[in-house]
Amino acid sequence: MTTARETVLGRIRDALALAPAEDTPVPRAYRTGRTFPDEERLALFTDRLVDYKAQVHPCTADRTAQVLAEVLRQQGATRIGVPQGLDPAWLTAYDGEVRQDSEDIPAPGLDVLDGVVTASAVSCAETGTIFLDGSPDQGRRALSLVPDLHVCVVDLSTVEVGVPEAVARLVPERPTTLISGPSATSDIELERVEGVHGPRTLAVVIRTDA
Amino acid sequence: MRIGLFATCLGDTLFPEAVKSTAVLLARLGHEVVFPPGQTCCGQMHVNTGYQREPVPLVRNFADQFGDASIDAVVMPSGSCAGSVRHQHELVAERYGDAALRAGVATVRAKTYELSELLVDVLDVTDVGAYFPHRVTYHPTCHSLRMLRVGDKPLRLLRAVDSIDLVELPEADSCCGFGGTFAVKNAETSTAMLQDKMRNVTSTGAAVCTAGDSSCLMHIGGGLSRIKAGARTLHLAQILSSTRTSPYVLTEAAR
Amino acid sequence: MSATFLGMPATPPRSPYGTGNLRGDRKFPAAAHDELRNEQLRSNLGRATHTIRAKRLHVTGELPDWEELRDAGSAIKTDTMNRLPELLEELERNVTARGGTVHWARDGVEANEIVARLVRETGSDEVIKVKSMATQEIGLNEHLESLGITAHETDLAELIVQLAHDKPSHILVPAIHRNRDEIREIFLKEIPGVDPSLDNVPAHLAGAARAYLREKFMTTKVAVSGANFGIAETGTLSVVESEGNGRMCLTLPDTLITVMGIEKVLPRYQDLEVFLQLLPRSSTGERMNPYTSMWTGVTPGDGPQTFHLVLLDNGRTAALADRIGREALNCIRCSACLNVCPVYERAGGHAYGSTYPGPIGAVLTPQLAGMHAAKDDPNSSLPYASSLCGACFDACPVKIDIPSLLVELRHQHTEQSGTTAEKLAMKAAGAVMSRPKVYTAAQKASRLGRALARDGKLPALPPPLNGWSDSRDTPAPPKQSFRAWLASAEGAAAMREASAEHTRDQQQEDGK
Repeated sequence: MTTARETVLGRIRDALALAPAEDTPVPRAYRTGRTFPDEERLALFTDRLVDYKAQVHPCTADRTAQVLAEVLRQQGATRIGVPQGLDPAWLTAYDGEVRQDSEDIPAPGLDVLDGVVTASAVSCAETGTIFLDGSPDQGRRALSLVPDLHVCVVDLSTVEVGVPEAVARLVPERPTTLISGPSATSDIELERVEGVHGPRTLAVVIRTDA
Repeated sequence: MRIGLFATCLGDTLFPEAVKSTAVLLARLGHEVVFPPGQTCCGQMHVNTGYQREPVPLVRNFADQFGDASIDAVVMPSGSCAGSVRHQHELVAERYGDAALRAGVATVRAKTYELSELLVDVLDVTDVGAYFPHRVTYHPTCHSLRMLRVGDKPLRLLRAVDSIDLVELPEADSCCGFGGTFAVKNAETSTAMLQDKMRNVTSTGAAVCTAGDSSCLMHIGGGLSRIKAGARTLHLAQILSSTRTSPYVLTEAAR
Repeated sequence: MSATFLGMPATPPRSPYGTGNLRGDRKFPAAAHDELRNEQLRSNLGRATHTIRAKRLHVTGELPDWEELRDAGSAIKTDTMNRLPELLEELERNVTARGGTVHWARDGVEANEIVARLVRETGSDEVIKVKSMATQEIGLNEHLESLGITAHETDLAELIVQLAHDKPSHILVPAIHRNRDEIREIFLKEIPGVDPSLDNVPAHLAGAARAYLREKFMTTKVAVSGANFGIAETGTLSVVESEGNGRMCLTLPDTLITVMGIEKVLPRYQDLEVFLQLLPRSSTGERMNPYTSMWTGVTPGDGPQTFHLVLLDNGRTAALADRIGREALNCIRCSACLNVCPVYERAGGHAYGSTYPGPIGAVLTPQLAGMHAAKDDPNSSLPYASSLCGACFDACPVKIDIPSLLVELRHQHTEQSGTTAEKLAMKAAGAVMSRPKVYTAAQKASRLGRALARDGKLPALPPPLNGWSDSRDTPAPPKQSFRAWLASAEGAAAMREASAEHTRDQQQEDGK
């Protein structure tokens, strides 16, 4: 018996034989490999994050712990989750409860957290996008999804100008999540409103010298 | 320049004033206008309705009538017919024609222009010496806008007209709903589109809605006439051929 | 129009056509007749499409290399179709190597059976779903329901449609035909335990959906998704979304089943740099959509530990056999063509009768499911549901020449329709108009219409032209054709005078 696989592949080959195509070279004349100075990338990234209703907190690396504590206090987060690989020094100024994630905590267990603090892999200034790739300081995908507040630390050195520059830094095999602002929908009259299933608040701490 | 004038079947039969204006305008600009008498129709309606075998004789006739090397350029007061010659004749010739037809089509295609293209691009003129002291709004027809890419050429010609009060048409680039046999096969959807176009035209307070296609103008004008709107339609060529010494008199029927 | 030899129009036999929600029960004009009378629908659609048009133009205008991105996107998709067998095999290899299982489905029926079997094997009797055109196309929800498996749509618009027992009318925003007041009514009626004081503020409506679906996300063991892209080179799948319902479905359950049309494969991971710019800007008019998930097989300790990929044909190979029509397979489902289409704006998505409405639907649906596959096939009316205005071509991020495809499909339709009254009329018109003498005689005969005219207008026209004359006046033929005028003494005098005017102007210039 012919398998569906053989049948479908056979149909495709037949179709291409019936109507042969010419080789199509791919022109890649769009912008790639852009580099902007730090101030410009920071300004662009900040502008785009704010436009999509993310909160932005620039700071120097030595103030990471103070800024995170302040952001979490402002948000009223008294119980937060963190990935196992997050730098413990970042939370030394925070006086709330910190729960370290582990993969055997079921999703409802994350729902009781007020928020989550993670690092990030890469960002794209032009679109205001943060890429998480599941590294130990970012944790599994569920952790940064279920709690209603996501505080994300971004080092300016990882902020690329555009999408091609950012994609070039990704590791394809890692589970990757692109985040551009808090969760939103355009499903009612095609107007964007923030706040559906993902975190309704996204706070980005940009470390300008890291 | 020796310019071959293609009247288009619609222009020749139903809207001769637009074609007369085109001929007079070009002669006034010092060009020799020739009218190959064997010309008929470009076959656009056939192709757009799904027929490609039936218009082969039309495509051949067009290439024969205008192929003569003594004709420097072919002009027509219609964006959609120019679009047909430039984009569809090749398709018909490749599929159902012979080598001679393919060659003929390629020759004619390269020298075919819609009126505003000929004036601005080929004859390098924007001020044609016209005079038209009325409020006018311009509807860019879909095929001149998106098939021929005439851009703002018609508007540049209109802006240079003496005493004209040119006002912008809201949502100008929306289709009026004509689309050839579309207006018959999908008459109700077409009417819904027409209603919005007419609302935008009347909102400008213009006395005249102009365009480069008699077909779209027939559609918009037919609607405006039915609802007894104050505005009427007039082909771009008729405005451009109106002068101080022989002005277009607006009280006449608008075709 | 490409300069390459186009060949004869493609006609059956090709691969079998697709099954599922790819055919309405009425032709487009009849369906549109009812939709056009729905004032609420027209007002909702008008407002929504105008909002999104402005947003799209703003964010595409922001990129100086937008046209270069379109060129790249178009070429990548065309190249993909040319190399489809090897790319699918590569995708299969890489997904399998990373712990996923790949299934192949000849049509919708087979895909539904595969998914149902996989769900049953988990022991679950419910699934959560990410919005997916492919599963809508094959009618997966209905199939699962017939087997006692409940499918919960989690995208807000899909949820609205599902709760209202309605049909989607848009690729991106299936509930675009509903406004906030209607959505509020639906939620009050259909969501158990909803706050009765819920108002019509979109943020509050979104909040109600969040509360309703939260428990489903936390407890459902199986998710079904579609895919925006599948990368052959790495085996990476991707879902582009806004609300986070996609992330929930792709992350929290134990088992993930992804149904992907075979045309959604992309050769290289690098190609995402193009499509992640083209898609969001074209669809929601955003620089980037809020969330995009990319996963490669199974990752220990993160997300579903069982992953199935179902590769779906369902008529796609039939489309691929048409050298011109296959361009429609390049579609990335952004819906920009719907949002700019004047026909879609008035008639709405339901009039197309297919999962794929609007301009792209009018070329894709007949190719996936045929135009002559049913008696008096409603799909045969779809290529005519366009004024050929060309707005869709300009908006398409992968430059699909939809107007040319519509013309091609119209031609295929007339070629397959045998002898019709219309064809005979076209033949006759062609014969008359190719013989100038006969043509001139016919022109003269048309002057007879003047006798019928009043105030320079013709009376109501007979069928099939009555639809025209219902809302438009038709001018009576003029006394004289252009050619008659030109040949007359009056015409000759006018042309002489025009030339003389030029000579006078010239002399004046010279005299200065």
